[in-house]
Amino acid sequence: MRWTRRDLRSLGVGLVYLAPALFIFVVFVFIPLGRTFYLSLFHTRVTGATSSFAGLDHYIDLLTSETFRSGLTATGLFAVYTVPIGIILGLVLAVLLNQRLRAINVFRTMMASTIAISAAVGALIWLLLFSPSLGLLNYVLSLVGIRGPEWLIQPTIAIIAVSITTIWLTLGTNIIVLLAGLQGIPEEIYEAARLDGARGARMFTRITVPMVSPSLFFLLVVDTIAVLQAFTQIHLLTRGGPVDATRTIVYGIYLDAFQNFQFGFASAESVVLFTLVLVLTIIQFRFVERRVHYQ
Amino acid sequence: MSTVAMQQRTQRLPYRKAGTYLTLALVSVLVAFPLLLALSYSFMSESEIATFPPPVLPARPTFDNYGRVLATIPIGRYLLNSFVVSSVVVIGQLVTASLAAYAFSFLVFRGRQLLFFLFLSTLMIPWEATIIPNYMTIRSLGWLDTYQGLAVPFLATAFGTFLLRQAFLQIPRELWDAARIDGATTFRFLRDVVIPLSRPALGTVAIYGFLSTYNQYFWPLLVTNQTLMRTTQVGIAQLRFEETLRWGLVMAGVIMVAAPTLALLVLGQRQLIRGLTAGAVKG
Repeated sequence: MRWTRRDLRSLGVGLVYLAPALFIFVVFVFIPLGRTFYLSLFHTRVTGATSSFAGLDHYIDLLTSETFRSGLTATGLFAVYTVPIGIILGLVLAVLLNQRLRAINVFRTMMASTIAISAAVGALIWLLLFSPSLGLLNYVLSLVGIRGPEWLIQPTIAIIAVSITTIWLTLGTNIIVLLAGLQGIPEEIYEAARLDGARGARMFTRITVPMVSPSLFFLLVVDTIAVLQAFTQIHLLTRGGPVDATRTIVYGIYLDAFQNFQFGFASAESVVLFTLVLVLTIIQFRFVERRVHYQ
Repeated sequence: MSTVAMQQRTQRLPYRKAGTYLTLALVSVLVAFPLLLALSYSFMSESEIATFPPPVLPARPTFDNYGRVLATIPIGRYLLNSFVVSSVVVIGQLVTASLAAYAFSFLVFRGRQLLFFLFLSTLMIPWEATIIPNYMTIRSLGWLDTYQGLAVPFLATAFGTFLLRQAFLQIPRELWDAARIDGATTFRFLRDVVIPLSRPALGTVAIYGFLSTYNQYFWPLLVTNQTLMRTTQVGIAQLRFEETLRWGLVMAGVIMVAAPTLALLVLGQRQLIRGLTAGAVKG
């Protein structure tokens, strides 16, 4: 189709309104994304300037790098420990909060309070809770006869400690999203199920869970992406250690780019991160969303 | 079940109701426990914190830690920095997102779909994946340790644009037609009709933008080096890397930094909830 003068004029008006946002996106999102790909193909100096063409060298290094492979494992474990438990816990609490009671909003605000808490604040508080000498966590465990681990010192436990902190940080969001989902379930459906003799656990698995599945699925994707991007709690709790046990992809990018000044290599890691998030988003839009129950 | 029948049922079960409240109270305290503990520790002396078993409530509450935070780090300056940057981002996002959302809802032009998709595609690009070139951009502009370096990259928001577009689409088309007949310009209709009618959605975008900027850590950590340009989050985190960890001090700092966001949570809860659920619930 040909562009008429009117088409061009109306596009011009539209672009005037879009220009400010578009400018920011072009300068701080689209061009940087292109530059990340570009940098990943070059050797770089400590200043970040490109020195010589590297081709796919950085990607080959990534594939053969023990550190990067353990970084993928750390990221995977982090997601597996954090996302399902966070969502299940959020659902249980949301069901508890989904009652018509006087002053229920007080409880809702308290339980959702972590939406306002920054990762830095959360990490500093949990650092105290995990403390081997002063921490309350191991003291409480000792009361029930469990000898608490050295949370931030044992490699297999440190990633769990980071995950616990992250579960707490995302709990507020999970609760609010699931509560909204629960409130969207029509009362008649419960009535009908009750008449059919459904009770308690059966009602929960047969009615509640399928009916909130869009929210559950939304959180599955959003929380996983959040874990992939998590930086602050790792920086403040473990700094990627001990022995790289919590060096996730993002933390690897930080260390390689801003501590070791290997900007080209770190850019290749960034491309991997971008790809993972992209795949997750596409899965959300294309594949699983169709299988989830919608009203 | 009718309301009357429901009331009768609950009246018959006073114990059950008390049990529900007790459960809710216990679970709420448990969820908020880390935060409550931080508050409690902020009033304890270092010697009390060091006792065993770990105390939960201060025996002799003291404000000393707060005074010591003020003496140890320029927390007032950190708060000022964070407020300046977050406010600039909020205002910028409101302006850029309103203009863009207006184009995506009221203006008709070829290529609109494509441009809208371009906006939404920024949601799929994690900020951390572009952080290296962005750092280089800010450095080459000479914007390290400046407010503009902290704020400018975040002056546009795809999520906010999307949210505002949804709100703008609720405005009856008849208003637009009437305004055109009255001879109102395109911009005047946005300023005099669309913006005043969309206050709740603008509130959501503002609160969301403020919280996410105020709570940032990675970006301010990279682009600030001078103590006086640090934001709250990076500033209090410095206490963790001091030679001796003084927990009362750290917790007092934590409370001072978290207080504005908690106040915002209480005041703007409805707006926040609307923002968080916009993407999740179809309707």
